[in-house]
Amino acid sequence: MSEQSVLYDVPGPRAKRRDVILNVVFTAAFLVLIGFVVMSLYRRGVFDDRWQVLWDPPKSQSAGDVWGSLLRGIRATLLAAAIAAPMALTLGILVSTLRRGLRFKVSRGSMAVITELARGLPVLLLMFFARFVLGWEPLWSVVFGLVVYNAAVVAEIVRAGLAALPKGQREAGLSIGLSPMRTTLAIELPQAIRIMLPALVSQLVVLLKDSSLGYIVSYEELLRIMKTNRDFFGDRYTIPLFVVGAGIYITINIVVSRLAIRLESRMRRSQHVARTVSGEAPEPHTAPGVTAPTLQAAPKRRGP
Amino acid sequence: METFIEEFGLIWGGFLATLSLAAVAGALALALGTVLAAFRVSPVGPLRTFGTLYVEIVRNTPLTLMFFFWVFVVPSLGFVPELGFQTSIIALTLYTSAFVCEALRAGINSVGVGQAEAARSLGFTFGQTLSQVVLPQAWRTSVPPLISVLIALVKNTSVAAGFAFTEMVAISKRLTNLHASDAIFIFFGIGVMYLLITIPLGILASRIERKVAFAR
Repeated sequence: MSEQSVLYDVPGPRAKRRDVILNVVFTAAFLVLIGFVVMSLYRRGVFDDRWQVLWDPPKSQSAGDVWGSLLRGIRATLLAAAIAAPMALTLGILVSTLRRGLRFKVSRGSMAVITELARGLPVLLLMFFARFVLGWEPLWSVVFGLVVYNAAVVAEIVRAGLAALPKGQREAGLSIGLSPMRTTLAIELPQAIRIMLPALVSQLVVLLKDSSLGYIVSYEELLRIMKTNRDFFGDRYTIPLFVVGAGIYITINIVVSRLAIRLESRMRRSQHVARTVSGEAPEPHTAPGVTAPTLQAAPKRRGP
Repeated sequence: METFIEEFGLIWGGFLATLSLAAVAGALALALGTVLAAFRVSPVGPLRTFGTLYVEIVRNTPLTLMFFFWVFVVPSLGFVPELGFQTSIIALTLYTSAFVCEALRAGINSVGVGQAEAARSLGFTFGQTLSQVVLPQAWRTSVPPLISVLIALVKNTSVAAGFAFTEMVAISKRLTNLHASDAIFIFFGIGVMYLLITIPLGILASRIERKVAFAR
């Protein structure tokens, strides 16, 4: 409320009164709406004994069976992400380093083409390719899709970080006689990764979210387990199972997103981050989306 | 390769299905996202809270989960959207609008407070400040990320393949089953079809970005 907005003046007495009235009106409207939704859910019997599936499930299953299967699902989801994330990071950093450090235009250009291609394809298509053309196991098909796409995005993030460094860093490296590749490896890369750390962490959220595409290539991850449980217990139990599964997904992702935000604010305060020409650390564009809209090539150089 | 040409009719149908999903969901998401962005920058507290909650939840939800919600959960509540195109549009629109909202909001936040102060001190009214000073600048900053969001949407339409809608990825799977030996060409061809949409959009985005870049 108190933060200065470009859109409005600091409110005077009349605007303050109006704001209070609008606040009350809209709060009331939302409460009525929520009440209405809850009531109609109640009429449909959403709050009846179907929630027992979570602690005393029917069909002679125990609560341990249900939760055990959900845990297996979480483990599978995290496993795919845990295999894919380091691979995507390594590959992405490798590609962007080659793109920066190689001497020949042709090799740099081919790196650019590879990233563009990998970024422009749907992750699901890549997974289908591994599953149906290469005939891989579901887990590895998921990992394949995640690695190819996210490596390309990581490469773009790191490239933006490299482009945002002050020019003097590279010049200094070259002038003390380091080769372009060594300059990139020893001087530019550590700084670029550091300033782009928040963006890299938010890309992890995207990777984690994309692992749920495993549902479609029949990898037994959390969403697929939810579906299996629902098919077993019956349609009636969809809602409790969905609430639990969605809760797990959203919690994990929000925790990782928070981490990215914390890193970013730490970075702002840090003294050890290279400043750009205009004196401020470049803002990492966080990449949203299943298949995230990725970075705009290099951050704009802002005039003073 | 021949299979790709022989089956081109089918692939073309999938291509059009992908395009129409992206176009309809894109237009709806732009509209809904603008409303959400207006909520998030409005002076009315409850609207801001609603916008923030919506964006936080949707951005941290996998798209597959969103589809799952509309295909399996909502029908068990009694509202049964038509499976296929309709559910896909709903899921894609709701998902994408959160990202549209964030792109627009980031654009508005990137305009310096001094700009509006300068406009007001020159005697501009609220409407004039908004339409002649703030929004033109916000818009320029927002367009490239908005195009990125649309590119992501084009690729995201593929998730509909897992939920009973036949677009390009679903076609690729069907054709692979029919012509196992030519699978590689089919995938290659369909990959090219996606790139035909996404790469020009990407080039457009960087063009516009260069064109509208301005000193702050």
